[in-house]
Amino acid sequence: MAEQTIEYHTERTPVAADSTIPTVVCDGVDIVYRVNGTGAGRGSATAALNRMLRREKAEKAAGVRKVHAVKKVSFVAYKGEAIGLIGTNGSGKSTLLKAVAGLLPVENGRIYTHGQPSLLGVNAALMGDLTGERNVYLGGLAMGMSREQVKERYQGIVDFSGINEKGDFITLPMRTYSSGMGARLRFSIAAAKDHDVLLIDEALATGDRSFQRRSEERIRELRQHAGTVFLVSHNNKSIRDTCDRVLWLERGELRMDGPTEEVLEAYEAFTGGADKPKAPAPTPAGQVA
Amino acid sequence: MSQVLHTPPPSPAPADEDDLAALAARHGLTVSGARPSLREYVRQLWERRHFITAFATAKLTAQYSQAKLGQIWQVMTPLLNAAVYYFIFGILLGTKRGVPDYIPFLVTGVFIWTFTQSSIMAGTRAISGNLGLVRALHFPRAALPISFALQQLQQLLFSMAALVVILLCFGVPISFSWLMAVPVLILQFTFNAGVSMIMARMGAKTPDIAQLMPFVLRTWMYVSGVMWSIDKLTSKDHLPHLVTLALETNPAAVYIDLMRYSLIDSFHSSQLPPHVWPAALGWALLAGVGGFIYFWKAEETYGRG
Repeated sequence: MAEQTIEYHTERTPVAADSTIPTVVCDGVDIVYRVNGTGAGRGSATAALNRMLRREKAEKAAGVRKVHAVKKVSFVAYKGEAIGLIGTNGSGKSTLLKAVAGLLPVENGRIYTHGQPSLLGVNAALMGDLTGERNVYLGGLAMGMSREQVKERYQGIVDFSGINEKGDFITLPMRTYSSGMGARLRFSIAAAKDHDVLLIDEALATGDRSFQRRSEERIRELRQHAGTVFLVSHNNKSIRDTCDRVLWLERGELRMDGPTEEVLEAYEAFTGGADKPKAPAPTPAGQVA
Repeated sequence: MSQVLHTPPPSPAPADEDDLAALAARHGLTVSGARPSLREYVRQLWERRHFITAFATAKLTAQYSQAKLGQIWQVMTPLLNAAVYYFIFGILLGTKRGVPDYIPFLVTGVFIWTFTQSSIMAGTRAISGNLGLVRALHFPRAALPISFALQQLQQLLFSMAALVVILLCFGVPISFSWLMAVPVLILQFTFNAGVSMIMARMGAKTPDIAQLMPFVLRTWMYVSGVMWSIDKLTSKDHLPHLVTLALETNPAAVYIDLMRYSLIDSFHSSQLPPHVWPAALGWALLAGVGGFIYFWKAEETYGRG
C-alpha cells in the first residue's frame, strides 16, 4: 500500500483553471448509508415488527447496518477545472458525486457549492413510450430549462445525438431505440444545458467512437462556459482526455489529489498496471504498490 | 478489496476546517441540499410550471401508447367503470329507486370520485415510485404530486366529454348552471393536490401506506354517496347528528353533489348539504395550503437514505 499521499489544493500546481474562484468546497465530508433489513431474519415479519416497536435503540439489533461510504473528504474545486474521480468499485465515487449534487445528506462536514450542481442524467425523466422528440422537451424542462430554451436548442440536441443520421428516428418512441442510440440521446439532452457545476457518472462509456469524441469535445466546451466538471469513470483514457486534475478515492478516503498524470500513474500502479499500454505518457508499470 | 466498513478514519484532514468554511463564505457559496424558504420554494415551483404540465401530459399519453386502441381508452375506461357500477348498484342492488336521472347521477358521481381517488393514489406513490427521478434531478419535489394530480385532471376532462354525451342522451338539458362545473373542478383539484402532497410525504417515509390506501379509499367511496343519494339517507331522520354532519361535510361528497347540482337539472339545491360552497372552498384551502406546507417541511429528505 502506498503511503497517504494526500495533496491539497494549496500545493497543487494550478492547471488551466482560474484558481481564484472556488465552485465546490467539500469540508470534511462523511457520508453514511443506513440499510434496512440486513440483520438476522431480514425481511421477515417478526424482524419488521421488532424494528417498528423498538425503533432507535434497537437499530443494530433489528438489522439496520451502517455503511460508511465516504470518510473525511475535503477538497476545493475551482472554476474552469475538469476533475476526474477515480477509484476501484465501491470506493465512494458516485456517492460523493450525489452528495455534491445535494441529493444525498452528509453525516458530518459540509459541502458548499456555487449555484446548483447537476448530475448529468435525465434518464429518469424520460419515458420510453414517448417519441424522442417529446423526450427532448420533457428532459429539457426537467433539467430546468424554459420552453423557449428547449425550442431554441432542440435542433442542436438532435444533431448532436446523431439520432437522425440513419433516418427519421426522433419521431419514434424511445423504447424502439437501440441501447446505444438511447444513451446518445440522453447524453445530448443532458449536455444541452450550461451547468455551473456538472457531474458526470460514467457517461462517456456509451456510444460509438465518433460519438465519444463528440462528447469529450462537448465536455471541454461546457468547461469553458464557466463551469466546473466532475467526471467519474473507470476508463483512464477518457479521464486523461478530459480532466486536468484527478481525485482518487479508495475505501471512501481521499487518497490522492493532483494533476491527472501523476495520480493516474499511481492509480494504475495500484490496480496492477496501465489498462492501455498505448497511454500517452510513459507509465512506470514496474512501480508496484 | 475486503470489507470496507471498519477501516479507521484517516488522520484528521490537514486543511483547516475553518479555512474551508471561510473560503466558501467569502465566495458566496451555499450549502448543498438545504431546504429553501417557503417563498423561494413557491418561486422555484412556479419556474417549473412547464415541466409540471409537460410531465403530466407525457404520463397521460404514455399510459395507453402500447394499446391498439390508443387514446380511445381515455374515454373507454371511465365509461366501463360507470357501466360496472350501474350493473351492480343500479340494477342488482336497486339504489336507483327514488333517484331521478339515475344514470347521469351515478356517472357524475363515479367520474368525480375517480378524480379524487386516483389523484390520492398517484400522490401516495409520487415520491416513492419516482426515486430515480428524485435522486437524479433537482426540482422542487412538490412538482411531482401536483403533476400527478394534474394528470388526473386531464384524464377527468376526457371523462367529462363522455359525460356530456351521456347527459344529452338522457335528455338533461344544457343550461347555464353547467358553467359552475369550472369552479367546482378548480376547488376539487386544489383539494386533491393538497391531499396528494400529504400522502406523498407519508408515502415517501413509509412506502407501506400505498398497500393500505386502496382499502381506505374504497371505504371512503362507499360513504361518499357515489352510487346512492346521501340526501335520501339523512332525510330519514334516524341518524345521529354527528353521522349526518360527517356525511354532509365529507369533501368528496361535497364536490360530487356540487357537480351533480351544476350538471343535472333534476338535482335540486335542496338535495345539497348545508353550507356547501363554504365547505368546498374550506376543504380546498385547508388541504391545498396545509398539504403544501406539510410537504415542503420535509423537502430535503425526499429520495434519501
